[in-house]
Amino acid sequence: MSEPSGGDPGHDTLTRGARRVRKSGQPGRVRPLRGSVPVPLLLPALLGLAFLVLPLVALLVRTPWSSLPEQLTSAAVWEALRLSLLCATLATAVSLVIGVPLAWLLARVEFPGRGLVRALVTLPLVLPPVVGGVALLMALGRNGVVGQWLDDWFGVTLPFTTAGVVIAEAFVAMPFLVISVEGTLRAADPRYEEAATTLGASRFTAFRRVTLPLIAPGVAAGAVLAWARALGEFGATITFAGNFPGRTQTMPLAVYLALQSDPAAAISLSLVLLAVSVAVLAGLRDRWMTAS
Amino acid sequence: MSADGLEGREGRGGPNRPDEPDEPNRRDELDRPHGPDRPDEPNQPDGPDRPDGPNQPDGPNQPDEPNQPDGPDRPDGPNRPDEPNRPDGPDGPDRPDEPDELDRPDGPDGLDGLDGLDGLDGPDGLDAHLVVQRGDFRLDVALTAAPGDVVALLGPNGAGKTTALRALAGLTPLTGGHLRLDGVALERTAPESRPVGVVFQDYLLFPHLTALDNIAFGPRCQGAGKAAARARAAEWLERMGLAEYAGTKPRRLSGGQAQRVALARALATRPRLLLLDEPLAALDARTRLDVRAQLRRHLAEFEAVAVLVTHDPLDAMVLADRLVVVEDGRVVQEGTPRDIARHPRTDYIAHLVGLNLYRGRAEGHVVRLDAERTDALITTTEDLTGPVFVAFPPSAVTLHRDRPTGSSARNLWRCEVAGLEVHGDQIRADLTGELPLTADLTTVAAAELGLHTGTPVWATVKAAQTHAYPA
Repeated sequence: MSEPSGGDPGHDTLTRGARRVRKSGQPGRVRPLRGSVPVPLLLPALLGLAFLVLPLVALLVRTPWSSLPEQLTSAAVWEALRLSLLCATLATAVSLVIGVPLAWLLARVEFPGRGLVRALVTLPLVLPPVVGGVALLMALGRNGVVGQWLDDWFGVTLPFTTAGVVIAEAFVAMPFLVISVEGTLRAADPRYEEAATTLGASRFTAFRRVTLPLIAPGVAAGAVLAWARALGEFGATITFAGNFPGRTQTMPLAVYLALQSDPAAAISLSLVLLAVSVAVLAGLRDRWMTAS
Repeated sequence: MSADGLEGREGRGGPNRPDEPDEPNRRDELDRPHGPDRPDEPNQPDGPDRPDGPNQPDGPNQPDEPNQPDGPDRPDGPNRPDEPNRPDGPDGPDRPDEPDELDRPDGPDGLDGLDGLDGLDGPDGLDAHLVVQRGDFRLDVALTAAPGDVVALLGPNGAGKTTALRALAGLTPLTGGHLRLDGVALERTAPESRPVGVVFQDYLLFPHLTALDNIAFGPRCQGAGKAAARARAAEWLERMGLAEYAGTKPRRLSGGQAQRVALARALATRPRLLLLDEPLAALDARTRLDVRAQLRRHLAEFEAVAVLVTHDPLDAMVLADRLVVVEDGRVVQEGTPRDIARHPRTDYIAHLVGLNLYRGRAEGHVVRLDAERTDALITTTEDLTGPVFVAFPPSAVTLHRDRPTGSSARNLWRCEVAGLEVHGDQIRADLTGELPLTADLTTVAAAELGLHTGTPVWATVKAAQTHAYPA
């Protein structure tokens, strides 16, 4: 649109190029879009920016900075933060162990119904987390489809335990990892696996020693996304695991609870989560986004 | 046929690497630095089979074959026997050989002969009949080679060369035919279990591993310890003259270096069949010459079968002992480079080697061409009867603006210039008319004749510069 159309009218649609050249006189200097953003686009764009930034600014404005150290050093906050970090990390680990092979399957193996499987994997991305929590209860709850057997045979109860938090978070976060890794795998040249095979590597060895190192950046980016998603998980967690301080009360739950009784505490806790999110974003950008 | 093959394999107790017991010997062989190993070959367990060569399907068809075992003749220096016959070389002096080569049967006959061998426990080397059906495309190629042979699959893009290579490596399953290497059926063997090494077109060196670890990858997969694998890889780097690049990642290697690392990586698994897919295609013209010379040396040292795929006739002729020309999934011609350069049987090959090629029917010294649009005659020196090919190089054509009088040339055609192309200090003219042909002339001659597209010209070719051979 800009430089080439004016600079080389012969290659552009002739009439428009010629008209523009005639108007400006100097073909090389036609820059029609620069500096003249149409108002009907500019205003909503600025509004959109404000809409996204304003709440964060408000959070900072209303932060009780003087009492912040006191708020953040309270045992309850640390407990919730520790639990959040622990559960999000475990959920990410679970997602890696079962999500990366799933992504490989989706990307590399032709099987009937692959499209359906991919849709099922993606579903938790768009499913309301509360629904996910209810579904998990139906599956793994004490009277759930699988849960009753776990209870009867192994005496294992998952709902309303820390393990339950991990499961709820993994359920919601794993699709992020799978989708990210699958995309990386599809972009990676499968012929490296073939080359490994001709060198005597089994398909698993080829995956472990060649494919996995090649897609490591994608796996890491997916893991960070999943971890961030798990850290903020609220709906599925509170539905499936409840809200017991020290056991299942993660940061988002603590924030929500604090808001009812002590808004200042809620703000402080939110600030911590915001800081973690910003750190994740910075880490992502520096390590993977620019590298790839 | 594959059932036979399978039984044969199971009879051997399963292992897919028939060469395992020979391993120590071969290793010595491999590790020795240079070509002179060849004369020792009879000491190798598979040596005694060689004199039986004629049992091999292609044995009788290959005039050069008997020379093979005495390796010293193998191309090492610039004095390769068939070098002068390359397309640009003069055609004449080689004529006397010709009668020997006349009775080469066509490709299809070779195929039949092959299938007749199915019951036998094949000799050492490669015995393959590759059939791959994919949609409308059908690859049907028979390939045989003795240990030490370098065979080039030559053909235009989309001819199925790479498919053939992938089928040999097991990356594309066969839909028919058979594949036997040193007498062991491989068609059902997984690629990782085949004693086959592959050098891919763009090398596919693992970017996260150093040159050394790339080469050590194969030995590691075959069960060597980490230290042993790396030691072997270091030897290979040394042989390739790349010792100082051991710790270098592939992206820091030049094209030629990467090619050598890829070759070393493939050879480090001690394959009995080495496959090279367009080994020089990724290189620029300058590096290409060096790398081609080095590759030729390494291939000459390689004691098992090597099959390379290329669309470049020069690469094929320099690197290979035998060419198999594939067009449209089928073998259209095979033979030594000199044979193919001098007796092309399709337009594609004629074009590759830079010859004008016509098919016709000979009656004595006169050949009446088959082509429907022309009833041109070509006079040749050969006295033949029946279907023949006639070929002559573009340089044999002389152009005149006026009908030449008193010219001794017996072949005279009225033509028109369809196109002109500059080749160095030569101009290649595409002519249509009584006989479509290409002619080479100097830029000076072209200027004197005032040639441009549409110029009517008379083209003459001396009978002595044509070359007729049975179709």
